[in-house]
Order: sequence, then structure tokens, then C-alpha cells
Amino acid sequence: MTALELRHLSVTLRGRAVLRDVSLRVAPGELVGLIGPNGAGKTTLMRAALGLVPFEGESSLAAMPPATRARTAAWLPQAREIAWPVTVERLVMLGRLPHLAAGQRPTAQDRAAVDAALAATGLAQFRHRTATRLSGGEQARALIARALAQEAPLILADEPTAGLDPAHQIATMQRFRALADAGRAALVSIHDLGLAVRHCTRLVMLDAGRLVADGAPGRVMTPERLAQVFHVRGYFADTAEGPVFQSLDLLEKVE
Amino acid sequence: MTRLIAALAALVGALFLGSLTLGPAGIGPGESLRALVLGDAGPLTLVMREIRLPRAILAVLVGASLGLAGAAMQGYLRNPLAEPGLIGVSGSAALGAVIALQTGLAASLWFGLPLMALAGALAGVGLVLALAGPRGGSLTLILAGIAISALAGALTSLVLNLSPNPFAANEIMFWMMGSLADRSMTHVWIALPFTLLGWALLATLGRGLDALTLGEDAASALGVSLRRVRLTLVAGTASVVGAATAVAGAIGFVGLVVPHILRPLVGAQPSRLLPASALGGAALVLAADMAVRLILPARDLKLGVLTALVGAPIFLHLIYRTRKEMA
Repeated sequence: MTALELRHLSVTLRGRAVLRDVSLRVAPGELVGLIGPNGAGKTTLMRAALGLVPFEGESSLAAMPPATRARTAAWLPQAREIAWPVTVERLVMLGRLPHLAAGQRPTAQDRAAVDAALAATGLAQFRHRTATRLSGGEQARALIARALAQEAPLILADEPTAGLDPAHQIATMQRFRALADAGRAALVSIHDLGLAVRHCTRLVMLDAGRLVADGAPGRVMTPERLAQVFHVRGYFADTAEGPVFQSLDLLEKVE
Repeated sequence: MTRLIAALAALVGALFLGSLTLGPAGIGPGESLRALVLGDAGPLTLVMREIRLPRAILAVLVGASLGLAGAAMQGYLRNPLAEPGLIGVSGSAALGAVIALQTGLAASLWFGLPLMALAGALAGVGLVLALAGPRGGSLTLILAGIAISALAGALTSLVLNLSPNPFAANEIMFWMMGSLADRSMTHVWIALPFTLLGWALLATLGRGLDALTLGEDAASALGVSLRRVRLTLVAGTASVVGAATAVAGAIGFVGLVVPHILRPLVGAQPSRLLPASALGGAALVLAADMAVRLILPARDLKLGVLTALVGAPIFLHLIYRTRKEMA
């Protein structure tokens, strides 16, 4: 059983190779953290996996018909777009679109999924508020709730914790981890290596469009790779509190 | 939501009856409606069936078309300032009509003008789609629309500029102001098929427009085909706006103001705005067309002039309100 399988995925945008020959499998039960410096190809990897950009190679998701894909994978883009001043409840209900036939009214099951997603993101008391008038972090949580309400076996999220306060960063990662523990799967790009190490079951490291490491957090976060890929020195330890990572110093000037 | 639709439908019904019973003949409402329905081959039945009925029907067709297309265009572009003329349909339809007037086709063939206007709309929208490309986003569509609108406007001015006949130029000017006066059932039969086709196309957009609230990427991932949404939007808008411009000339501000006014009443959800905006547009054009007959009955005040005169201040008020909300 795999939730997502990518084989030899390459993406070339405007003559530039953004992603080169990446192969990756995500199985149910995994929370895979996608890490790498800016421009490493994290977003492109996820968009290509969904078939949103032209690519070479194979993606199990992109091969599906759009309607099936929408019920198989939820996608949370990094751009937090809420175009109209709809209520939080209606925004989250948009996640149910793949489950509704054209013109069909939401069923009790759809409403239950929305309620659960609102509760999971701590937005239950905001449900009748106008989404566009919430703070940036609250909007981000409302959009996470939208993706959760889709109840897809796989969720792909592009920097879901950016702009959230520490409590909600942890809550978001714990929510994805709970989904994984319940037999679903998540692929999450993340810049906070401390959060990634602590909550992900597995890390995938990208650098300049190539997959450079794939495995348990402790095996991926070696001093050599941190130096080569991120140009930082860090502290990593398996403590009684679980794995801990803190980046410490720059090794050389970042261009 | 259903209450709002019912209220708007009742308003449209009342204004439709009002439009039917309003006219220079000065006949009581009961009498005129009886003549319309029963028909006694007398002059009153003729007035009702040949003059007032087509006028009221066209007001509904044109108004609903502009309101619906405006709501769809705003939903697709995720911009409350969008209006159906943005993709160049009304400009190119007007150019077709102007050519028909100038060449005398409109005078020699009774359906020459609307036919040429529809041909103009079709040519314009074909060019816009070719320019915007099959995969491009909403930005290329807007840019192509602006380019075609500008070109059609320039060509219309050129026709006026080179017109050797001042009467034709005069006629063109008046036609471009937009009006529903002196239309016949022929105009209804010309506009109806394109209008119904366009309504059917635009009515399917609700789900895609709702998903687009989250942006193009998220909408695609929700299973919405952006290509299909765009093609349906352009084809539907071209049909309804082309038909409306062909029979009524250019009537501005309806497609811009109506969705804007009704948006807060439907909770801002694009799919719910579509039917509400169609009914709202019909009500507004019916009311405006009654107003032009009441305000200056002897002077033939043009419908498009009135909608712009009323629409611009409403729009300014909306901008003011938006500004306060953003502060």
C-alpha cells in the first residue's frame, strides 16, 4: 500500500531544471517532512505530484482523473488565498466539494467533517466570523481546516506552520501526526527543522532540485548534510523528551 | 437565501407587470393586461403584444444576462471591479452593429443590425481566446480583453470619423447609448436562443467559482478544471452579452453594480450570487427602463445613459464603504 509514489520526477520550468529525477514513496501512517533551503524545489515537487505543473516521470496522483485525485489528496498551497468575505464555516465547507455532486447540498456527513476540522484547528468559536477579517494566523488555520475537512487519505501541505504562533505550530504538526497515526499520510514542507525533527516520522531533504537524503530524522540530519545543504551548524540529540534539533551558526556566508 | 431569491423574483414580477402597463397610451392596468392576454384584434392588443411585451421581455433578458455575466466574471477573476465587458465582447458587438448601421445593412435587412452585432461579438471573443492561449491564467484573459476592447473602440471611432453621412453618424451615436425603445418580438426571437444558451453555460459555473475562492492552485487540486471554467465563462459571457448588446446597445454598470450590491446578502459565496445577481439585474433594467419613460417621456432618454447616471454614484458609494471597511 502506498499513499503516493513518484518515479524519476523531473520538472523543467523556462529552460531551468527545477526538479531532477526524484523518486519517493509515501506510505499510509507516515508524516513525511520535506526540507531544504529556499529554491530547493519543495513546492514544485508537491505541485508536480498533484499534476499542477508539467513534469517528466510518473506520479501516482497525477495519473488519476481529477475528481478521483481530489478525493485522494488534499492540497494546502503556501499562498493563503481567501478571495471573498465568506464565513469560516463556508470556507471550510469548500473542502467538501470533491465529495458533493454538482448542486448537491451538504449532507450530515459533510457537516460532521467541517465540525471536526474546525474543532481540530481550534476555530469552532470562529465558525460564523468572516474569514477575511481574521488575523493572518487565524486565516492560515482556517485554510488548514479546509484541507482537513476534505478527509483525503493523503494531505500535501506547503509550509503549513509558517506564520503561526508556537502553540498552533505544535498543534498543527500534532494534527498531521495524528492523521498519520490513524492510517492516513501527510507530506509537509517545512523550514523549521526543530519542528520537522520532532514531529515527522521521516524526512526527505532536497537540494537544488535533487533528493539528497531520505529516512528517519536522526539519519537525515547529519552535520555533513547540514553543512552542505543548509550551510549551518546545528545541535541534534535524542533526548528523553524526544528528538531535539536547534540550528546554531552559519558556516559560511549565505549568498 | 431562498427568501432573498423569492423576494427578488417577486420584485422582477411586479416590475414586469409595471413595465407592461406603463406607456403614453394612458390605458388602465387592468384593461391593458386583459387586452394582452385575451386579445381582441383591436389596437390595444396590438400595442400590448407588439410594443410593450417585447420591451418588458427584453428588459428581463438583457438585465438578467448582464447581472449573471457580471457575477460570473467577478467570481472568476476574484475581483469585485470586474464586469462582463472586460473580455471585449460588448466593444466588438458594438463595432459589428456600427458597421451594420454605416453600411446600410441595418436599414436594408430587418435583422441586419443584431446579426452583425452577434458576428462582432463572436469574432471578438475568438480573438480574445486565441490571444489568451489555452493554458494561460486570468491575467492573460484580462489583457487580451483590454486589447480587443481598445481595438474595437478605435475601429468604431474610425467608422464614425470617416462616415460621410451625418445621419448615420447620429444614428450610431444614439444606438451606442443603449435603449429598449421601439423593439419588436423579432428582437426577442433573435436574442432568446443565445441568451438561453449563455445562461445555461454560466449557470454551471457555481461549483468552480466557489472553489476559486481558494485560488487557482487549490481549485485545481479540488478537481476543478480551470480550462473548462474559463472556456465556459468566455463562451457564456459572449453569448449573453453579445445578444444583449445586439438588441439593446451598450448598457453599462448593471454587470458591475448588481453583483456588488447583492454580494453581502448571499454571504459572498460566488455560486449563490449567480441566481441572485441574474434576478437583480433583471429588476434593475426593468426599473431603469420604466424610469426613462417616466422622467422624460417626450425626449427619448436613453436607457444606457440612465444606468450610467444612476450606477456611477452607487458605485462611488460602494467604493466609499469598502474604503471604510479596509481602514
